[in-house]
Amino acid sequence: MQLMKISNWLCEDFFRRDVINVSTAVPNDNLIMERQSSIQVKGGQRKNQLKCDVESIAGCVSQRACVYCGARVVLNPVTDAIHLVHGPIGCASYTWDIRGSLSSGSELYRNSFCTDLKENDIIFGGEKKLARAIDELVEKYESELVFVYSTCVVGVIGDDLEAVCKTAAHKHGIQVLPVQSSGFIGNKSAGYRAACDALLRLIEPPGGARPINSRRPVKSVNYLGDFNLAGEAWIIKDYLKRIGVEVNVVFTGDSNYRDLKKAPEASLNIMQCAGSMSYMARRMEELYSIPSLQISFLGLEDTAASLCKIADFFGEPEMMRRAKELIKEETIAVQPEMERYHEKLAGKKAAIYVGGGFKAISLIKQFREIGINVVMVGTQTGQEEEYQTLHDISDDGTVILDDANPSELERFMTEKGAHLLVGGVKERPLAYKLGVAFIDHNHDRKHPLSGYVGAVNFAREVYSTVCSPVWKYARETGGGLYAAENSELPER
Amino acid sequence: MPRKTANYRNVNENPCNMCMPMGGILPFKGIEEAMVIIHGSQGCSTYMRRHIAEHFNEPIDVGSSSLNEKGTIYGGSQNLFQALDNIRKVYNPRLIGILTSCLAETIGEDVEGMARDYRKKQGLDNFPLVGVPTPGYGGTHSEGYWLALKKMVAALARPTEKHGGINVIVPNLSPADMREIKRILELMDVKYKLLPDISETLDRPIARPYTKIPPGGTRVEAIRCMPGAVATIQFGITVEDNVSPGHYLQSEFGVPLYNLPVPMGVEATDMFVGLLAEITGGSVPGVLKLERGRLLDCMVDSHKYNAQGRGAVFGDPELVCAVVRTCAENGLYPAVVATGSGNSGMKELLDPLLAECGQNVDYLDETDFMRVRTSCRENGVNMAIGHSDGKFLTESEGIPLVRMGFPIHDRVGGQRLLSVGYTGTTNFLDRVTNTLLEHKHKNYRATMYREFYREAGVKKRGCEIR
Repeated sequence: MQLMKISNWLCEDFFRRDVINVSTAVPNDNLIMERQSSIQVKGGQRKNQLKCDVESIAGCVSQRACVYCGARVVLNPVTDAIHLVHGPIGCASYTWDIRGSLSSGSELYRNSFCTDLKENDIIFGGEKKLARAIDELVEKYESELVFVYSTCVVGVIGDDLEAVCKTAAHKHGIQVLPVQSSGFIGNKSAGYRAACDALLRLIEPPGGARPINSRRPVKSVNYLGDFNLAGEAWIIKDYLKRIGVEVNVVFTGDSNYRDLKKAPEASLNIMQCAGSMSYMARRMEELYSIPSLQISFLGLEDTAASLCKIADFFGEPEMMRRAKELIKEETIAVQPEMERYHEKLAGKKAAIYVGGGFKAISLIKQFREIGINVVMVGTQTGQEEEYQTLHDISDDGTVILDDANPSELERFMTEKGAHLLVGGVKERPLAYKLGVAFIDHNHDRKHPLSGYVGAVNFAREVYSTVCSPVWKYARETGGGLYAAENSELPER
Repeated sequence: MPRKTANYRNVNENPCNMCMPMGGILPFKGIEEAMVIIHGSQGCSTYMRRHIAEHFNEPIDVGSSSLNEKGTIYGGSQNLFQALDNIRKVYNPRLIGILTSCLAETIGEDVEGMARDYRKKQGLDNFPLVGVPTPGYGGTHSEGYWLALKKMVAALARPTEKHGGINVIVPNLSPADMREIKRILELMDVKYKLLPDISETLDRPIARPYTKIPPGGTRVEAIRCMPGAVATIQFGITVEDNVSPGHYLQSEFGVPLYNLPVPMGVEATDMFVGLLAEITGGSVPGVLKLERGRLLDCMVDSHKYNAQGRGAVFGDPELVCAVVRTCAENGLYPAVVATGSGNSGMKELLDPLLAECGQNVDYLDETDFMRVRTSCRENGVNMAIGHSDGKFLTESEGIPLVRMGFPIHDRVGGQRLLSVGYTGTTNFLDRVTNTLLEHKHKNYRATMYREFYREAGVKKRGCEIR
C-alpha cells in the first residue's frame, strides 16, 4: 500500500483514468426545481450530464460573484499598474487589497482607486470625471500602465471607456486599458475573459508584429493562472529553474508592465488556473503560435505529473532526468510527514466547493494522497469538460453540483457525512456551524498550497482541523462530522 | 481652522466606507425570521455576504435577483418575483427586505411598487415585504443602515394602544454591545423593544439543529406596536431626520424621541442610565453603580498613558463620535477624526467637547484613506481606532490600530467586541491603553538610541523599528 502510494506521487502513471459504471440516483426533494439539472449523483452514467456555465437563478443565494470580480481578481496581481475602478464606491471597497498576492517590487497594486460615482455622475455621465481621475493618478504615481474597470452602472449609462482610455493613453504616453467588466453581462467567467482581453492588448507587440519563433529563448515558459498567493509562483519558478526551464512571465502573479510585454517571446505556456486563463492560452496560440500545457501544482501527484509533462514537452532527456531527481528528492523529504497525516486521516470524507473546475479535480487527487475520499464536489464556474473529468474521477455516490447555494451545501454535507469542507470565506461559517472541519482555499490566504511545501501545508491544515480536539466538545451540538455516529441525529 | 471636506474630487484612493445596500442588509439580519434580497447583479450580494461573514464569522445568506442583461434592458420584475418565490420556498421567512443596487436604481426599478405587485399576484395581503431604495452611489453603508430601519418602521408600525414600553433603536453595534444594552435595560427593569437586534442572530452558538435563519432578532409584532411606546431612545446623534426611524415615530405617532449618543464612556452611559431612571421613575441598581466605579478606576489607572496618545479615529459617524468622546474623557485627544460619510456633522458635535484639549483636530468627512494617512503623518498620530481597513495605516505609517466598528475582517471576534456601557467602556479603554503601551515598549529602546546616543564611530544597531 505504502509503496503504491509513493509511486503515485512519483508520477509513474500520470495519465491514469478510472471509468465507473453504476446506477443513477438524483436527489429531488426540498430543492429548487430549476436547480435540479445542476445537481447530480455519480453512478451508472458514463457521461457527465450536469448543466453548467449558465446564469445563476434568482433567489438561489448563489455563492458566485460577478463579471467585475472575475476581472479584478485576475488583473489585480499586476504589481505596478494603477487599478482604477470606474463606478460607485462599493465595488472598489469590497476589492481593496483582496488577494494575498505577493510582489517582489512595486506595491501600487495594493491600492484601490475609484471614481466614486455619485448621483450627479450617473445623470450626466462619468466620462469627464474618469479622464480627470486618470490624469490625477498618473501624475501622482508615475505608472506606465492603467487598468480601468467598468462596473454595472457604467455599462448602463454607457460611458465610452474605450475613448476615454485612448485619449488618456495618448495624452500621457502610457498604456491605459479598459476592462469591460460590467457586473451584469455574465458571470465571473466573463470577467476572466475581459481581463484576458485587456492583457492581450497589453502584450501585443507594436504594429501587431508576431515575434519569430526561432528567436525565442528555447526553454522559456509563461506561467498562466498563478497569482502568487503567499509566494506560490516563486516556489514553482524555483522548481522549473532546477529542471532547466526559465519562467518568462507569470500571468499575473508578481508580474509587472515590462515583464508582461515580453510574453509573446516564450516558447510554451503552462497553465495552472484553467478557468481564468484557458482563453488567454488559446488566443496566444492563435496569435503567437505558443502552445500550451495544462498543469497543476496542487498536491504531490499533480506536481510530479506536471513537472514530467513539461520536461516531456521539451523532449530533453537531461531535463527529464533532472525533473525525476527533483521529484524524488522533494517527495522523500515530505514523505514522513505526509504519511503521518495519512495515518490520522484515512477514511475521512471531504466535501469540496471552490471557484474553478480544475482546482476541484486537483483537490480530489490531493485528498486521496492523504487517505480522504471526496463525497461532494462543486464549483462556481466549472466548465463542461472539467465536470466530465470530475465525474470520471469521482467515486460512486459522490454529489456533483454547479453553482451551489448554502442550503444545498448544508444538505449534502450533512447527508454525506462529510468531515470537512474545502471552500472560501463565505462557506467557512456554514461548515463550522454544522460541526464540519474547514480548509480555506480562498485567494487571500497567507500560506502557499502549491508544490511540495504546499502539499504539506495542505495536509497539515486538514489534520489540524479534522483532528482538532474542539470537535470533542462540539460533537453533541455539531452537524456533519459526527452525523453518522451520533444517535441523536434525526434521520435525513 | 478651516474645515476640510470632499478632499478628493475625481478619485477616491482607498475607500473609507462601503455602499448603501451593504448597510441595509444588517438591520434585516436583526429581525426575527427575516430574509433579505438585493435586487441587482449577482456580485453585489456575494461581496457583501463575504464581508459581513468575515466580520461576524457567521453564515450570511442574502438573496439576489441575479439581474442579467435581459433584465437590465426589459426591467427586472420577473427576476425579482422569481427571487421572492425561491427565497420563500427555501427559507420560509416571515419578512423579506428588498434592497436595490446601483444597477436596479439606474434602470429605474421601483421595488416598493414591485413588492405591492408581488403581494397582489401571490395573494399575500399581509406578508411584509419591505422595499428600500439603496443605490450604491446614493450614500454610504451608514445611510443604508438607517434608511433600512426607517423603511421597516414605516412599513410595519401601526397605531397601537399605549403599552408603556420603550423603543430602543441602535446603530451598527456589535452583538456583544447589543447584549450589554439589553442587560442594562433589564437591570433597570424596563420594558423595551430593541431595533434591530443582532445579538443572537449574528453571534449564534453552536447548537443543534442548524436552522437556515438563525433564531432571535426583533419580532415583527414588536415593530408593529412601536407607536404605542412611551418613548423612543435612539442612539443616533449623527442621523439626519429623513432617515431616522425615531424621528419618524415621533412625527407620525407622537412618540417622544430621545436621541442619545452611543452609551460609551462615563457621560454618555450616565445619560442613558439616567434617562431610563427618569422615564421609569426607578433608581439605578447597585450593580451598575459598581460597574461605573470600576470604569472610573480603570480610567485613573490608565489616564497618564492615554495622555501620550494622539489618535486618529475613523469609521461610521455615530461610532466615531462615541469613540472620540470616550477617549477624550480619559485624556486621549484625537488629532484626526474621519469618516467616509458626507455631512456627518462631526465637527459641530465634537468641537465644543474638544475645544479645551489644546490641540489641532483635523476633521475629514467624505474622505478616503490616502487623505487620512497624510493627515496622520502631518499631525503626529501615534494610534488609530477604527475598522480593519485601518491596517493600511499600520502597514504604511507604523501606526498601531485598535480594531473597532465594522468591518473587522483581518481578526476574529468582531461580533464579540464589547465597548458600550460601563463594562464595555472599561473593556475598550483597556484595549486602547494596552495598544499604546505595547507600541511604546516595542519602540522606546530604538527611539531613545536614535535620539540620544551620540558616541562617534559606533555602528548603528540593526534593531531599529519605525
